[in-house]
Amino acid sequence: MKKILFTVVLFFLGIATTTAQEKEQVTTDSVSLKEIILIGKKQDVSGKEPKPLATLDEYLEKSSKVDMIKRGAYAWEPMINGMTTERSVITIDGMRIFSACTDKMDPVTSYVEISNLSEASISSGQMGAENGATIGGGIDLKRQKEGFTNRRWNGGLSAGGESNGGVKIAGFDLSYGNDSFYFNSDFMYRDAENYFAGGNEEVRYSQFTKYNYSGIAGFKISNHQAVEGSVILDRAIDVGYPALPMDVSLAQAAIVSLMYEHHQPVDFIEHWETKLYFNSIEHQMDDSERTNVPVRMDMPGWSDTYGYYSKAKTTLGNHGIKVNINGFYNKSLAEMTMYPNDPSEKEMFMFTWPNVRTLYSGIFLEDHISINEKYSLQLSGSLGSQMNEIHDPSGLQSLRIFYPEMEKSKARLLPGFNSRFQTDFRNWNFSAGVGYGERAPSVSEGYGFYLFNSFDGFDYIGNPNLAKEKSIELNAGAGMKRKEWKAEINGSYFHIMDYIIGKPDFTLSPMTIGANGIKVYEQLPYATIFHGDFSVSYKLLNNLNWNGKVIYNRGRSHNKEILPLVQPLSYFSSLEFRSGLFSMETSIDGAVEKTEFSREFGESGAPSYTVVNISASKVMYVHQQKLILKLGAENLFDAFYYTFSDWNNIPRKGRNLFINLKYFIQ
Amino acid sequence: MKFKYFFSLLLLAGLTSCSTDSEEVIPDNELEGLVKIQTIQNHTHKLELYSANGDLQEGYNKIVFNLQTLDGREMISDAEIQWNPMMHMESMAHSAPKSEINKRTENLYEGYIIFTMAENEIEYWSIDFDYTIDGEVFSLEAPITVLPTERQKVTSFMGLDDKRYVLTLVEPTDPEVATNEVTIGLFQMANMMEYPVMDGYRILIDPRMPGMGNHSSPNNVHLTRFASDDFYHGKLNLTMSGYWRINLILHNEHGEVVKGEPVDEINESSSLYVELEF
Repeated sequence: MKKILFTVVLFFLGIATTTAQEKEQVTTDSVSLKEIILIGKKQDVSGKEPKPLATLDEYLEKSSKVDMIKRGAYAWEPMINGMTTERSVITIDGMRIFSACTDKMDPVTSYVEISNLSEASISSGQMGAENGATIGGGIDLKRQKEGFTNRRWNGGLSAGGESNGGVKIAGFDLSYGNDSFYFNSDFMYRDAENYFAGGNEEVRYSQFTKYNYSGIAGFKISNHQAVEGSVILDRAIDVGYPALPMDVSLAQAAIVSLMYEHHQPVDFIEHWETKLYFNSIEHQMDDSERTNVPVRMDMPGWSDTYGYYSKAKTTLGNHGIKVNINGFYNKSLAEMTMYPNDPSEKEMFMFTWPNVRTLYSGIFLEDHISINEKYSLQLSGSLGSQMNEIHDPSGLQSLRIFYPEMEKSKARLLPGFNSRFQTDFRNWNFSAGVGYGERAPSVSEGYGFYLFNSFDGFDYIGNPNLAKEKSIELNAGAGMKRKEWKAEINGSYFHIMDYIIGKPDFTLSPMTIGANGIKVYEQLPYATIFHGDFSVSYKLLNNLNWNGKVIYNRGRSHNKEILPLVQPLSYFSSLEFRSGLFSMETSIDGAVEKTEFSREFGESGAPSYTVVNISASKVMYVHQQKLILKLGAENLFDAFYYTFSDWNNIPRKGRNLFINLKYFIQ
Repeated sequence: MKFKYFFSLLLLAGLTSCSTDSEEVIPDNELEGLVKIQTIQNHTHKLELYSANGDLQEGYNKIVFNLQTLDGREMISDAEIQWNPMMHMESMAHSAPKSEINKRTENLYEGYIIFTMAENEIEYWSIDFDYTIDGEVFSLEAPITVLPTERQKVTSFMGLDDKRYVLTLVEPTDPEVATNEVTIGLFQMANMMEYPVMDGYRILIDPRMPGMGNHSSPNNVHLTRFASDDFYHGKLNLTMSGYWRINLILHNEHGEVVKGEPVDEINESSSLYVELEF
């Protein structure tokens, strides 16, 4: 292992030293495979966002690479390139965080708020491998921070309301920056009742309440060195999941980090930063609010992660080099207690995640080579080692019921590689790339014990003997930019070997009352996933802009069966008008009928839909303080619809009028 | 409840013995993990009964005892001993399946008895010991207390072959969410006094949780008789804690069903079963 690492390092150093003679500025902007979504202050300042106080989920949904699986109004699960969270790496400022819910009711993105973040950086496929082994890609959520700006005190108040579901939003933020110290602090509160689908149909159990606090502070300890500490505390209570048989009474996270950064620690390193972090998540799932359940149950889960990264970047000649060494240790534990209807019987108890410990260490190296003004080549390689261990002896014993021979721990090496070639001439750019990545099975896939999936109605059993999933990825993109218009087309193709998916085993008896059976995680010889998107924007008039976007996904197993949760042809189009301090936007958003679906996964297709949204905004100055007022209507014609990614086909929100207010105090 | 029994037994022991108990002559380590049930005595000897928890209960009981002179000065470690439990019912009396008596350690003897029922207000158990020391025959007898179990561990039934059987769960006594070794004793009730161990049968096992949709567990191993002891052995998988009904089907040596029915959507339980709760 050490030997391999050493060879990889040598390989990259070799490239770096042999071609270091040409001096040129390296541009690290990848037009097509990295998508940045501005959140928080950055978009406030531009005032462009139609609904600035939207949830992070709503922001992410706008990406053409990201789809959101919805189990309710809260905590949507992001999919990158049509792949769910097992196949992607989601980080907050490079920090790994793992959900504590066995039913994916708390993706990492549910533990932050837009007020904490400045942007979400979405990387496709192996471009997202910097923070860990991935197949589909990565999302890195970047924290909002003032920096050593000398802007002194700044503050803001935000308030929002939505007619559908009685959403109330209140936020407050305060920041300070001078040349040796800064801090940001913000608080956000959201509360929602049940929402109503088109046609005034109440979607029961779709309420939630969320509190989020975040603080970050940095000190300069010398001209080139700084330390930064940060904390996020998030607490959601009474969260309903209309698509699932259970709700969440409490989901809370504490995310803390300490970072040290050094500019130019030595001549040939431009920037070096090292972070230590810890996060702890508690998730209480229960069915206490539901009527008519066959058996009352509680399913709490916990996930604690300790991690670090140390990364350096530099420019050597025409090479832009990045090195990232990182690691984490995670404890995942989840359990289930069932209360029998017969009071003379004892409670029933099992571990659904048997205290699984994961130790990961990885290295990532990237070299961005500017061959000349027109051509550039980006090479990256990563190597991770992942060790899983079942810490709890009784958890191990319970899994040995299914796998008598299984070992307590399992180690895997996860290599990855990516290369991408880009050329720019005049107004055109083209890129093409090839990548290879591997991932280890997730805790549920490897060690889950009777995890009920309410979509297909099967109890899932993990399989500790799964091989690594391996992906070969091809991607290509082309873009052009003219004075009035801009267009871009991208395609990514993934050939995923040993694709992990649950397959029914009818010899086994399901535990959950009313379940259709048991699925055990198995591996298809291979599966293929294609993601394509096309986007265009056109300046119709000086202050009138048109944007359009079309997305298409395709997923097939080795024997041409359709994979679950694949997006049908979807489109988005918007018209923006802007005049001085006033702006207006109208958009439509829709998809064609989903006719290809996975029956085995419980899918039944989704009808086509088109939704119309409209919003208007005005920037006002009150005593020289800025106030942004946004008004809008989503789903203006109150369409009743659901999409391919709405769990159990729960309908989306009907007509929703909203108001967002943001007041800046300077 | 247990305390009450224990107390009354102590009282009984105190009244019947002439309180000549001298210092303990058995080394402590021999008695480790054992709790005294009661002392039985005659004019010459006394016998101390032990079990793991100090109780006797319905079903399988491992019983340990010693035999000593009445004054407690001498342990008798080489007696030939026979024992016999008796259930005294209103109109009749019967025995119960039992093992031979074997030496356990230097001063202790052991064996098992399967009590087919618990005592009640009018029906009770007694135990008698016949022992020979240097060719001289003695006997001891006393009533014993057999407590009911909360869940069914033992069952007496008439098979489809018109024979009477006693079936009892021996292991697991301490079930876990794991693959448990399961041991069952199967005896035929040849008459009121004789209960031979049945050989060559097969016991099919189907554990179910009636409180959770009557689901089963995978990879259980049906029970077959091991020649090394009196019992049938197999593997029982319990995927969670709680109340489990272990449905059984008894096959004879020809593979014919003697008792029990398969569990399916209509039939929730076999008529032959034992229970576990933990």
